[in-house]
Amino acid sequence: MATASAEIKVTPEIAAEHGLSASEYARVQQILGRDPNITELGIFSVMWSEHCSYKSSKVHLKRLPVHGKLVVQGPGENAGVVDIGDGLVAAFKIESHNHPSFVEPFQGATTGVGGILRDIFTMGARPIAVLDSLRFGPITADHSAPDVSAETIAKNRRILDGVIRGIANYGNSFGVPTIGGEVCFEPCYSQNPLVNALALGIAKKEDLFFAKARGTGNPVIYAGAKTGRDGIHGASLLASAEFTEESQQKRPNVQIGDPFVEKLLLEACLEAMATGAVVAIQDMGAAGLTCSTTEMASRGGTGIEIDLARVPQREMGMTPYEIMLSESQERMLLVAERGREGEVLEVFKKWGLDAVVVGEVTEGGLLRVKDHGQVVAEIPAHPLAEEGPVYQRPMARRARKKESAADYFDFAAENKNLTENFKRLLASPAISSKRWITEQYDTMVRTNTLAVPGAGDAAVVRIKGTKRALALATDGNGRWCQLNPRLGAMHAVAEAARNVACSGARPIAATNCLNFGSPEKPEAMWQFSEVIDGVAAACNELETPITGGNVSFYNETLGASIYPTPVIGILGVIDDATNVLKSGFRNAGDIILLLDGLSSSANSTAATASAHAADLACEFSSSEYSKTTAGIVAGQPPAIDLAAEKRLQQYLLALASSRSIQSAHDLSDGGLAVTLAECCFANAKSGAWMTLAHNPPAESILFGERGARAVISISPSELAGLLHLAREHGVAATEIGHVTGDGIFSIQYNGSVIIEESVAALRDIWEHSLERALKQ
Amino acid sequence: MKFGVVVFPGSNCDHDAFYALSFVLGQPVEFIWHQSENLANCDAVILPGGFAHGDYLRTGAIARFSPAMKSVEKFAKSGGLVLGICNGFQILLEAGLLPGAVMRNVGLRYICRHVHIRVENTDTPFTQAAKPGQILKIPIAHNDGNYTCDPQTLADLQKHRQIVFRYTNAEGVDDAAGNPNGSMNNIAGICNRERNVAGLMPHPERAVEAALDSEDGLVVFRSMVEAFVTSAKANV
Repeated sequence: MATASAEIKVTPEIAAEHGLSASEYARVQQILGRDPNITELGIFSVMWSEHCSYKSSKVHLKRLPVHGKLVVQGPGENAGVVDIGDGLVAAFKIESHNHPSFVEPFQGATTGVGGILRDIFTMGARPIAVLDSLRFGPITADHSAPDVSAETIAKNRRILDGVIRGIANYGNSFGVPTIGGEVCFEPCYSQNPLVNALALGIAKKEDLFFAKARGTGNPVIYAGAKTGRDGIHGASLLASAEFTEESQQKRPNVQIGDPFVEKLLLEACLEAMATGAVVAIQDMGAAGLTCSTTEMASRGGTGIEIDLARVPQREMGMTPYEIMLSESQERMLLVAERGREGEVLEVFKKWGLDAVVVGEVTEGGLLRVKDHGQVVAEIPAHPLAEEGPVYQRPMARRARKKESAADYFDFAAENKNLTENFKRLLASPAISSKRWITEQYDTMVRTNTLAVPGAGDAAVVRIKGTKRALALATDGNGRWCQLNPRLGAMHAVAEAARNVACSGARPIAATNCLNFGSPEKPEAMWQFSEVIDGVAAACNELETPITGGNVSFYNETLGASIYPTPVIGILGVIDDATNVLKSGFRNAGDIILLLDGLSSSANSTAATASAHAADLACEFSSSEYSKTTAGIVAGQPPAIDLAAEKRLQQYLLALASSRSIQSAHDLSDGGLAVTLAECCFANAKSGAWMTLAHNPPAESILFGERGARAVISISPSELAGLLHLAREHGVAATEIGHVTGDGIFSIQYNGSVIIEESVAALRDIWEHSLERALKQ
Repeated sequence: MKFGVVVFPGSNCDHDAFYALSFVLGQPVEFIWHQSENLANCDAVILPGGFAHGDYLRTGAIARFSPAMKSVEKFAKSGGLVLGICNGFQILLEAGLLPGAVMRNVGLRYICRHVHIRVENTDTPFTQAAKPGQILKIPIAHNDGNYTCDPQTLADLQKHRQIVFRYTNAEGVDDAAGNPNGSMNNIAGICNRERNVAGLMPHPERAVEAALDSEDGLVVFRSMVEAFVTSAKANV
């Protein structure tokens, strides 16, 4: 299939090899009124691939909330755009590059970052931050993953190393700070890691650009890197079928990234846009020249005609099929105002980049591709882009074995040493500091980073020339979504928003990357549908509309699917950048408060206590602690109360803007104990003394992961005022201890010490475990 | 005092240097395009950080042939102040304006974090506003910062007090843990014998405001301004 020439006669068999079903092929014939030639077949096959057409997800994506008063551009463009005040807009989007990153981790990750950066500056926005949400198979042998072989662990480490180096290589050279995201580990990602990259950019509202071709006769300009044979069917085909044992042979399908050329392309594009001579612009990502020409014409209601002979080429003898389907990186397609193309070409020349007029905008809505003047493809652009197949795939709820108390975490088991268990939790790759990874990223370039990774719950970048800052966080717990996709998805939104609020920012919009197994399996489609409903419910309640994102299906190898893993990115605004909150305790003597949006939870009556205990075990069995210390993954994610989440977030915002608190950190993986420890790690001399009193088992208080909660520290003089404000917001604020200067981390439970250790010892475990594990 | 910041293709800390000098320090600044031999009457030239020409071949190896570098060399030979930061330091080494070379970091990984450096000599135009032995908290961000040179060059550097900054731990003590990249003699920055050209791997322009977690980098730029004012007065 790779070497196709114009002489090949297209048959239904060749169409099937291109991934087109019989009915899809019939539709191609119907749109054209004839049989396609091989180049046209190639064009249809990539445009109608799952990756480019969203044919399985479209019917469900419609249920996501996409409107809001700050939304300038929702899904459908290169990136979502929201109004952030001061005449500025933020463009942001998250996208997956999972399949290429498994086949070739370094290049897969670099091109993932490169692709999302282009999506941002294509809109006229300068990228100011990148976050990466990563999922790998286990990198350590422990009893939370007893079946994972040493060989698999070694392979997972190589994948992690390649992905981290790839992300670092691209972002560092390009000059955008890589400032956050998450890294999680589960056995299901061994054969299918997830690499989701999010980029954020800003622009003046009036300087936004869109990918709509306009103006008959306007020249179409190709700019950037030359076209080669790399990446033919890269994103479009690699990401549209599941992996088999032969997938490693697809390595030549992975694109190669060049961050230096991308940096030049960024500067040249922004400078070209500033000339006023650019009418429309779109980057060449998945399906390269095919997708950019088709979508620009379709969106603009025009046609486009290009001649491939004029396309700058890296190799000799490329066929029209190869040129149209190449996914060579760092390329852009622009439409310029007729007569002013010289100004645009001049800018690219200044930056040492190829830029040539390859065609023009036409009337009649046809995508016409010529080669040395001879027509090699002629397809109506709108049907190609918008009238592809749409499927309502069958769905079936996942069958789960009925669980009993024996499957759940046993609070009553004897001989537990909670301090030792706590240390194991801090040492686990999921909980331990990711410093070893984030130090390989340039987190500070552009001197806007107010919260480096680990300093706060969200990444925070200021906007020079204004008082404002933007906060961003990503979240997505695949294990919870496996246990309950709808509930897990709601948690992903709630936690990302909570993180943003804990940094002092008001959450305003969301982007999502939906990673799933094969849509041809009813169970995966059911998970997908449930997740959409969960995301929709949470985004509605928290008023964070979805402005864009991407769907990644076929995340399976040899029939084994990943956990359904929606990754949600939430953007927030801080009106006064000096109000940014960080998570570390600051002053000895400060009071530690536990905030809980679910203010009535403490008042459970004795009558419901036994039912409550059963629920507790079920819920606790999905926690990181249960997985790490007992090897149990079962039950359900914690129940969620979105109204409580919202109350908590609004209270945090009120606290941030009144500048009355010293620190804020949400409760998530590892629960209260991990949150408190992390609050101590920021400051060399910090200690903390806490006392907790409750009926439920100590472990559920210390390590339970129910949401809508955060820990803050305050000066004692602020206590009365804050408690009053908490009552007004309907949030329970409980004094649980105080910050000390003795460097001891101590938790009492119902009057006796249950965890006590020096902060230095805990910090050493937390900060170095990942590095030590990888160097084993 | 007018600063010029040279922009090579792939420079990415050019805007940061510009911002620090103009918005934080209030000095006039101009960008100088690498294809231009006109230094726009600047009183000092900054070679910024980044990945000039992608750092392909070798860091700074291509950038040193830029037309702008011809002028920078002349400017330096005539006594003009030139500061190379990170990639700019690497370019100065390649251009032969400073002695020695940098290799890949020990550990072969890119490192971005705050480090501590000690001001070893205050009799340079880049450190004259600092206290002798002052410890500065300034970030590094590089792949290749492992400074090396032959024993004779090192002896010369020491003899002529050209080692301007050394990595230390947070308390200002020399130790291996304070050296992030394996650099010989814990060297973080050096100057030429005439003391008008200096280069360092850490990024002072990233440590110019409390909001960025450190203002310690300001002393480098303040020193340059002070030195310029002093010499301008002397010339009156």
